[in-house]
Amino acid sequence: MNGAPLSLRETLAWGALGALAFVGFWTLITTSGLVPRQFLPSPLDLVQRFFHLLTSPFAGATLPEHLASSFRRYAFGVLLAAAIGIPLGLLMGWFRLLDDIVTPIFDGLRFIAPIAWVPFAALWFGTGIGGPVMIIFAGAFPPCLINAYRGARFVEPRLIEAARMLGTGNLRMILEILLPAAVPSIVAGLRVSAGLGWQSLVGAELIVAAAGVGFMMVQAQGSVQTTTVMAGMLAIGLVGMLIDILLRQGEAWMRRRRGLDS
Amino acid sequence: MGSIRFQNVDKVFGASQAGVKVLDDINLEIGEKEFVAIVGPSGCGKTTCLRMVAGFEAPSSGTITVSGKVVSEPGPDRAVVFQQFALFPWKTVRENIDLGLRNKNLPAAERDRLIADALKLMNLESHAGAFPHQLSGGMQQRVAIARAYVLDPDVLLMDEPFGALDAQTRVVMQEELVRLARVNPRTVLFITHAVEEAVYLADRVAIMTRRPGRIKEVLDIKSVRLAENWDRFARIEDVMDQESFVHLRTQIWKSLREEKGAQGV
Repeated sequence: MNGAPLSLRETLAWGALGALAFVGFWTLITTSGLVPRQFLPSPLDLVQRFFHLLTSPFAGATLPEHLASSFRRYAFGVLLAAAIGIPLGLLMGWFRLLDDIVTPIFDGLRFIAPIAWVPFAALWFGTGIGGPVMIIFAGAFPPCLINAYRGARFVEPRLIEAARMLGTGNLRMILEILLPAAVPSIVAGLRVSAGLGWQSLVGAELIVAAAGVGFMMVQAQGSVQTTTVMAGMLAIGLVGMLIDILLRQGEAWMRRRRGLDS
Repeated sequence: MGSIRFQNVDKVFGASQAGVKVLDDINLEIGEKEFVAIVGPSGCGKTTCLRMVAGFEAPSSGTITVSGKVVSEPGPDRAVVFQQFALFPWKTVRENIDLGLRNKNLPAAERDRLIADALKLMNLESHAGAFPHQLSGGMQQRVAIARAYVLDPDVLLMDEPFGALDAQTRVVMQEELVRLARVNPRTVLFITHAVEEAVYLADRVAIMTRRPGRIKEVLDIKSVRLAENWDRFARIEDVMDQESFVHLRTQIWKSLREEKGAQGV
């Protein structure tokens, strides 16, 4: 980064200016008639549609209902990824043998985009909750595992020596030394997982679901309701931002409590 | 119980062919309840000596025995006090001290009693619930010493324990350690590069050569301390004023200076 640091007020002012310019440019394009409304709705249409969908059902449910249905799958997938990824990462960080066994498989699998699992998700689970959960899991799992593993591997060697000198066994070493030492890394990983999981979710629902924001968007696309598609995109963006803000707060709180940041 | 014995110990770091020899034929015996300090130029391998007794590293050849048993891995019979304290930041003072006791599967009531004793011994009673980062360096090292003492170890291994402290705190801790040694004497192996500290604290001082480290000579301090009755002084500066103290200090300094000279420093 170059340039002098800006004050908070300046930063906010420039951010607002950017957003305004973006919306202004967008409005200009749509009102000039350069692009048909059906291809690109105007910001005003979008906002109206968004608020309309909050109360009136589309594709069988209102937008909040679709969101709730999406969020259930999402929470399921991310929690499953954390519940398996974090313990496995910690174990791999302590037991070299397990590391040697799992790492090659994992390194091969993690470069497959979550969306690539869609055909199998559809084949194995149909449109039930299993399919989307599996795809969200595929997106959220790698950061959980990698960050728990790195956190465990890069614990200050002195702390491990101190614990061994105190006669600490494997289980207690993992639960009381590696896990707490890895917490900052794990929390950072969870934030990435949550983001990737949320992104994968919509992809999953576009194909294998009978409700949810993604499903709503596909239905809207079928009847060329571009404004509704975009309202879905807006909802996804807003919820994603909200999740990230909450997790950032959680991370900052954890770091303060630990004495890592003042 | 509580003796340390180095027998023909060599230590080579890296592959045996291209490796660097850091310790060469170390022979040293530390008796029951004896306090031995090792001093030497930096990089001479004195900390490696301690780490091998702790079981963090293995000798390349030769053996190290503690209380008659050959050392093979770390264990609570050989408690270590590290220069950088190595307290668990997510555990309170009490929990840091408790970990070793829980590992011994002692009943809660006995652990409580032992922790209370250790806290009292190190004047930490009012900080039991604090986290390490809320304490000063000197306080943190008190916790580390309490954590080691509470295990009732055969030997206490101290690796430049006051090296990270400021000068005033250091003096307080040195006096504290002398007080501890009177209340609760232990077999201690103490690593330091501070000559005064070694003479003030130790029964014997082993001087090491530069790398590859060998034991150059071992000085008897205890007989001088007893003959000159240093224990009548409560303060370190009064002891350091004694001619007998100055004489020993100078002798060790000269010996170390030769090593540094040989290195061309």
